[in-house]
Amino acid sequence: MPRESLKYLLIAAASIGFVILPFVLESNYLLSILIIIGIYTLVVEGLGVLMGYAGQVSFGQAAFFGIGAYAVAILTTRYSWGTIPAFLAAIVLPALVAAVIGRPTLKLKEHYLALATLAIGILVHIFFNEGGELTGGPSGLTGIPYLKIGGLVFDQDYKFYYLIGVFVLLVFLGVRNLDRSRIGRSLRAIRDSEVAAEANGINSAALKLKAFVFSAFLAGLGGGIYAYYITFISPAPFNFNMSIQFVIMAVIGGLGTIWGPLLGVSLMVALGEVLRWLVPLFIPNAGGEYQIIFYGLILVLTMIFKPEGLSTGWRKKTVSDSEEQEQKKENLTVSIRR
Amino acid sequence: MHVNLYLQFLISGLTLGSIYALIALAIVTIYNITGILNMAQGEFVALGALTACTFYSAGFSLPASFLISVVIIAIVGALIERLAINPVRNASSITLIIITIGLSIIIRGLALLIWGTNPYSLPAFTQGGPLQVFGAAINPQSIWVFGLLIVTVTGLFVFMEKTYWGKAVRACVINRMAAKLMGINPDILSLMAFVISGALGAAAGVFITPITLATYDMGFALGLKGFVAAIIGGINNVGGAIIGGLLLGVLEVFGAGLISSGLKDAIALIVLIIVLLFRPQGIIGVVIGRKV
Amino acid sequence: MVRRIIVLSISILTLLTLVFAGGCSKQDNTDSASKSGETINLGAVLDISGSSSSLGIPERDTLRMLADQLNAKGGINGRQVKLTILDNKSEETEGVLAVKRLIDQENVVAIIGSSASGTSLAMVDTVQKEGVPLISLATNSKIVEPVSERKWVFKMAQSDELIANSMIKYAKSKGIQKTAILYMNNAYGDGGQKALNQAAADNGISVVLLDKFEATDKDMSAQLAKIKNSDAQAVMVWAIPPSASIVTRNYREIALNIPMIHSHGIANQNFLDLAGDAANGIEFPVGKIVVAAQLPDNDPQKQVLMSYTTDFTAKYNTPPSTFGGHAWDAFYMLVNAINESGTDRAKIRDSLEKTKNFVGISGVFNMSETNHNGLDDSCMAMVNVTDSKWVLIK
Repeated sequence: MPRESLKYLLIAAASIGFVILPFVLESNYLLSILIIIGIYTLVVEGLGVLMGYAGQVSFGQAAFFGIGAYAVAILTTRYSWGTIPAFLAAIVLPALVAAVIGRPTLKLKEHYLALATLAIGILVHIFFNEGGELTGGPSGLTGIPYLKIGGLVFDQDYKFYYLIGVFVLLVFLGVRNLDRSRIGRSLRAIRDSEVAAEANGINSAALKLKAFVFSAFLAGLGGGIYAYYITFISPAPFNFNMSIQFVIMAVIGGLGTIWGPLLGVSLMVALGEVLRWLVPLFIPNAGGEYQIIFYGLILVLTMIFKPEGLSTGWRKKTVSDSEEQEQKKENLTVSIRR
Repeated sequence: MHVNLYLQFLISGLTLGSIYALIALAIVTIYNITGILNMAQGEFVALGALTACTFYSAGFSLPASFLISVVIIAIVGALIERLAINPVRNASSITLIIITIGLSIIIRGLALLIWGTNPYSLPAFTQGGPLQVFGAAINPQSIWVFGLLIVTVTGLFVFMEKTYWGKAVRACVINRMAAKLMGINPDILSLMAFVISGALGAAAGVFITPITLATYDMGFALGLKGFVAAIIGGINNVGGAIIGGLLLGVLEVFGAGLISSGLKDAIALIVLIIVLLFRPQGIIGVVIGRKV
Repeated sequence: MVRRIIVLSISILTLLTLVFAGGCSKQDNTDSASKSGETINLGAVLDISGSSSSLGIPERDTLRMLADQLNAKGGINGRQVKLTILDNKSEETEGVLAVKRLIDQENVVAIIGSSASGTSLAMVDTVQKEGVPLISLATNSKIVEPVSERKWVFKMAQSDELIANSMIKYAKSKGIQKTAILYMNNAYGDGGQKALNQAAADNGISVVLLDKFEATDKDMSAQLAKIKNSDAQAVMVWAIPPSASIVTRNYREIALNIPMIHSHGIANQNFLDLAGDAANGIEFPVGKIVVAAQLPDNDPQKQVLMSYTTDFTAKYNTPPSTFGGHAWDAFYMLVNAINESGTDRAKIRDSLEKTKNFVGISGVFNMSETNHNGLDDSCMAMVNVTDSKWVLIK
């Protein structure tokens, strides 16, 4: 099986590369790029499960990312919690929030769900701004301590690099197992046709909720690490634009795949860094605006020519699918006309 | 107690509300004809406003700038429909939403390149200070905005009820497949929808600029409010968009005035979520529906 | 599927290689350069695009102009200066990446930036850890306080406290005892609001109403109507255009007949253009650069202010702003420090901390071990808008 062996070869090479990379690079800058890629990958991996497997979209993922980061910041600076309990809270809290709001929200279909998650995302952002003393308001919170696990203090980039590497690996394995499990198959069934899935005894609402909670859990994990890494947070990085960026990364990498999120995130972050020093070489007065246009173009072109993402398949646009939409719309109109 | 205070709130609320209603109208128009939620609608408003500012400062008269801007943005709408929407007409609604988000990012980036971050302004359409009514001030430009709202609604009504294309649109809304079978070309309707919403967005942008000023990033906040208004009112009907818009504006100003300025956007969003959960067809949906 | 992954991996590797190669090639340059005593590497991270770009752009222009001037004159002690300016897009995460790039890839001896408080605060931890002097151009006093945890960080812009004090003292001198405060709901406005409340308390002025508006809001009549209904004798506004312009127009529309005192955030032509006639009569404190020509000749900063104004106007065809002034201060304070103590990062830091009587654009700086801003009240001027022009209140 040349394909299989090639795959294992790749994996082996990647793991060796991963371990020795900090020694080869000797640069905190390059490491920090990889760390940021790792943090975003955690978030996007969760979003990928939600979008790719459960067929739901969330335009509010930055909110869960932010809840994780704020949990760490508030608990360590305001309530002197230890760094590990605060970290656990950063993971659990967003999942809890998702479980509470997910139940009613996931009943909504398609664009209604998109708008509801968008509204929730902005609401949470408003809460960060309006939290007064608790969240530090628009000025944010400074002085977040370094993460301590046992005697190990995560105060250097290379330590974070290994930490995030371990988490990303765990998440990969988790998603891979999910992909091959009953839940994964059921989720895909829901994505392809909710009615058919229900008819086959799948409790679609419960499963979609699980996917939503899982995505929030991963976003919280990423947020917690982010807070420990930057040691300062303000509401700004957790706004609607970040939610959109997460969606872009997920979509570009490809939904419903394990590698897609990593690819999408790496592409976007690396591109950003390349453009940062490349563009001013050619256009001295240019700033990030070229990049914004570039991102938009990539997104639109991907959606038009390769809506399944750059790695592999998303929602198949079958005949039955568009008919179903027609039908739904018809029902809606009829019910309103009534 | 503070009657004139509340009156001031109401007037400010209706001003804001008519701005939101105009944007909601454009969103509803596109949605009903094509089934697309156009997340780039706010950018049409920003583009329209900025284009008019540029032509005005280049020496064109105000009405000329207005017309040029409306025509240009209508063309932009047409281009967008042909290049980005038409090729993926049958994609899932999430794909289409993401495409319009991408478009809004591109437009905002281009606007930033062309106009920079500085705000621009246009003079008020009629000179003179604010009108005083029972101790509350009314900005004359608000009346213009309100007027545009009425003209637009009337125009849309006449178009829908009296013209062939209007009937085609309604047929399309009721049953797209049947409309297609009867020889109505949804392709042209879709193009038309984007032209109309581009023009409408630009018109709204020009009318509100004397009040709100024009910046490259004004579109996002306005577009979002337009959405909230459209959903509150009921995305399927024009009347709902207007009532939703006005309601949102009034709610926002009273929220800022009586509860907290920081939480006023939260109030609007909470209303949105409640409406989504309990009345996805919009609060107006049922009322209007019965009448028909 | 495997093939696709391979293709994608390759494309990403190419991109990453580009990043790394870009970094490494520059590193080689700087290594050889700093050894032979040719160029001195300075870095700046500015908010050139994104929400704070109105600050970052004049700062970038100023830094470029000054670096060119300095190099034309022979640099520092005969060594040319290589200034690398990076854009953080007004985003905190991007700012952290940019500052690490400057330290690792460009091997800079000191860093100027960022333009805004949030992006500056995000960089603090990195420079503290790496031991690189950072001169921030933003206002928030948390950037340099507590100094014990901000050993490597300095700040050029006047603190909110200083500006708030000028506003409150001016109001007090006009006999105002009760004031309302309106602010923009973001980090800028929040910092200002806190400082204003503190200054009011210190000066025995009571704040009868505290309210805010969003940066994107289009109408502030509701907030102003509330103030009209209160017994405030003045309204203090802490905001930047366009919302600062809108609030000023609304203030005229609802005929609120008490004085409006703005913060320094409106000190640009844009505010005047947008607020039009409504701006006449508005008073606010501002760095002296805005009214340089009107200053008395015995003002210690007059000469510096005039020469910067002349140079900047000649080069960019627009008068300089206070933000560009912060960049000027940061650049020359740094140049002085390097001139004195060479290119060792720790020595530059020590030298910056010892800066005394540095006559800059934003004021006369006196740094110390307990004060990494070094400005006092005398650096602000009160200004009145008359016929859409700034007029110094003497």
